[in-house]
Amino acid sequence: MQGILQSILGPRVPAQELESHRGRYVVPNLILSLARVLLLVSIFFPYWHMELQAPQYPDGLYLTAHVNYLSGDVDEIDGLNHYIGMRKLEDAASLERATAVWMILAMTLLMEGAAAVHSPWALVLVLPAVLFPAGFIADLQFWLASHGHNLDPKAPLSSSVKPFVPPALGTGVIGQFKTIATLGSGWWLSLGGSVLTLVALIFHRRAYKPLRDSARQEVATCAA
Amino acid sequence: MNRKRSTYPAVAAVLVAAGLATDIGVHSLVPAAGASQPEDKEVRRKKRREQEFKPVELSPNQVADLQKLINDRQLTPDDLVAAAKTYLPSGRKDDYLVFASGGHSGQVFVIGVPSMRLLRTIAVFTPEPWQGYGYGTGEEVLKAGDFGDKELRWGDTHHPGLSETGGEYDGEFLFIGDKANARLAVIDLRDFETKQIVRNPLIISDHGCAFVTPNTDYVFEGGQYAVPLGVGYANIEEYKEKYRGMVTAWKFDRAKGRIDVGQSFGLELPPYWQDLFDSGKVASDGFVFGNSINTELAVGKTGEKEANFEASTTTRDMDYLHIINWKKAEEVFKAGKATKIEGFPVITLQTAVSEGILFFAPEPKSPHGVDVTPDGKFIVVAGKLDPHVTVYSIDKIKQAIAQKKISTSDPYGVPVLEFDAVKEAQVELGLGPLHTQFDDKGFAYTSLFLDSAVARWSLGGDYASKHGVQPWKLMSKTSVQYNVGHIVSAEGDTVSPDGMYLIAMNKWSIDRFFQTGPLLPQNFQLMDITPAADRPLPVIYDSPIGVGEPHYAQMIKADKLKPWAVYPKVGWNPHTGMIDPNSTKAGEEKVVRNGNKVDVYMTVVRSHFTPEHLEVREGDEVTLHLTNLETTPDATHGFCIGGYNINLSLEPSEYCKVSFTADKAGTFPYYCTEFCSALHLEMVGYFRVAPATKSAAAEPASK
Repeated sequence: MQGILQSILGPRVPAQELESHRGRYVVPNLILSLARVLLLVSIFFPYWHMELQAPQYPDGLYLTAHVNYLSGDVDEIDGLNHYIGMRKLEDAASLERATAVWMILAMTLLMEGAAAVHSPWALVLVLPAVLFPAGFIADLQFWLASHGHNLDPKAPLSSSVKPFVPPALGTGVIGQFKTIATLGSGWWLSLGGSVLTLVALIFHRRAYKPLRDSARQEVATCAA
Repeated sequence: MNRKRSTYPAVAAVLVAAGLATDIGVHSLVPAAGASQPEDKEVRRKKRREQEFKPVELSPNQVADLQKLINDRQLTPDDLVAAAKTYLPSGRKDDYLVFASGGHSGQVFVIGVPSMRLLRTIAVFTPEPWQGYGYGTGEEVLKAGDFGDKELRWGDTHHPGLSETGGEYDGEFLFIGDKANARLAVIDLRDFETKQIVRNPLIISDHGCAFVTPNTDYVFEGGQYAVPLGVGYANIEEYKEKYRGMVTAWKFDRAKGRIDVGQSFGLELPPYWQDLFDSGKVASDGFVFGNSINTELAVGKTGEKEANFEASTTTRDMDYLHIINWKKAEEVFKAGKATKIEGFPVITLQTAVSEGILFFAPEPKSPHGVDVTPDGKFIVVAGKLDPHVTVYSIDKIKQAIAQKKISTSDPYGVPVLEFDAVKEAQVELGLGPLHTQFDDKGFAYTSLFLDSAVARWSLGGDYASKHGVQPWKLMSKTSVQYNVGHIVSAEGDTVSPDGMYLIAMNKWSIDRFFQTGPLLPQNFQLMDITPAADRPLPVIYDSPIGVGEPHYAQMIKADKLKPWAVYPKVGWNPHTGMIDPNSTKAGEEKVVRNGNKVDVYMTVVRSHFTPEHLEVREGDEVTLHLTNLETTPDATHGFCIGGYNINLSLEPSEYCKVSFTADKAGTFPYYCTEFCSALHLEMVGYFRVAPATKSAAAEPASK
């Protein structure tokens, strides 16, 4: 049991080695910390925007998604959507929005843990954070498709609007509306966190692989 | 290694910056959460227009086209310039707003300048169906203006008064007087709705209303035709003894946005038919000035031999300029020295004289307007029957009071200051001078009714250095069509007029517009008053006003107003200024029956009412609480019940209540009266009133 734990945690850095090559071991942790900060800060920034343009809305309608809430002209967009029988925006990704902040906190804790794990297992711990930006878009696409394909057949305009999927990114057209979807600063921050985490892993490997190799060699030597 | 370490944070910083940049880019377009801010959008639009505008140079072809157009339409180059000065392309907004009295319509008109387009009417003293005013909402406001149990449902609106801070229009409130019934109304300029009507209990007609003090502490209402105070009966033989004039100081509570009647008071005046009033400002702050037209105490044609009013009120050479120290009057009122008439505190003439509140100064007979210059140093009285404006100096008035330069006293004991001691200048302008406005260059403008002209003349005092021409002198006269009454220049009665524009509010239009039968529109003529002193002032637009008989108007810089695009919160009651406890959220609609009282809590949103069926019994007392759930600008719904004389205007997020007795059995569709959406016609419900004769067992349950 202890053996498994040890193989997951990887080798500890000898005090003398740490003393002489402090930078080598601090850098991955620093980068990982920065990545954690980016991910945490991203909670406070919007991840996604959609602008709706139509003749009778000269100033446009705006929808903004943070990881944990929707803002902008939600009521008005819902009001318009009821004509085509689309469900309310608040019904989309409600579980995700309710748990997002906790999930991000958990991810950052896992990243903290990864700093202490000196083996390839560290990759497993940071994987959620690395995949999070992609996951966000996938989830967004899923809900857009879900809403666009589940229109109430009893809605006033159900006969004139066929099921559709508003594009999660870029422009689309529905009725007199043009939709323009863009990613927000929060998403870019999370992407920054994701990329930095991968960078940190490179340094992590550079720092600990030699230690692991030499440890393995030691074991081999001893066995021999 | 060291080199690389410094690179990665930089990469991260770039990523963050890129993210923020995209976001800021989007955010600058996203309106602030909650209520949208129209002024921000306006500023953005203006900026964008300025950025996108490229100076125009007409090509030879365009010049040829233009020339052909002008000749085809028989226009002059001046016409072309006038059109260019006033035309607004679609989407472009006016720089100024005019709040004009709507005359007999009992409304206020909001007109843009320079386009002269009518933007809105505001229902004030008269029911107006579009705004639902008097057809379901505003009933309490209207009722408060009734004369006891006598319903008053029209008004002769005369003088609008914008609220001021430091003598400048602040764009928050508008007051307007009703001459016919001596009433004052308060309009909130956040939603352009009438919030309050107060009726003066002392008299039944006013004229000098509404004139605000420089910080809108008080709104002054000067009476017109003398009656016994309290509007009781008195024989005309007792005119001198029992009839009285008055001026009332209505206390304005800005925080509440209402007149505080309990803190208001009147001042008894001789029955001289007080005419226009104006508040002092800056140098004359603390005073209010008024004119009078019947110091003859004429009682008209009471018998065969007596002269009628028009002759008998004009026999004396001089009438009296009323000089009232309202700050002193306020002290006297607060010291409890007022007596009550009809429950309303009034400072008696005797007290006014003994406390040094009231002084008179002679003024050429039967004048009309009294207007204080922007610096407050001069008071301009327009002669009407005298071709001059007579200018009084506040310094000289104060001096004359202090040095007791009193020529005589009137029959009521009011001291009359020596004319020569208080007069600064007299300027001969022409026939029938009525009203005076000011500009930013030290010129005054006076309407000449009989000449059908607007006179521009130079002010003296400190203004002489501003315009650099001879002071107190007529500069020019511009003909207007026809019979000009009031005039209004841009912020022209404030401490800092803007100049720019002046509107002649002409009573007659005669031949200016299509002959709309024998009843013709008024003619508001826009003048450009920017030309130099020796240049003529061009008339650049004629605007027919096909309603009422507008009197005075005020012109305010449009960006001073901060109106709501939608009410701040869903369920907003415009009369209480908060979310109404009876407003309804989506999904919480209900019908509550209590005996024969039925309360309906209804929501309204594109394109349906909830509930869509209302069933009551004949004789039920029905109260509908309607909440417009919309938060989008211009998403207004109407609500009417045919046969029941009900029509409401439910503006975005507004709560409205209407109470009535279901006294007519039958089936009545109710529907939305504002075309709101493609499914507007489907926005309907049924109000069914079951006949009372039906047996109790068969009575329908309300649903």
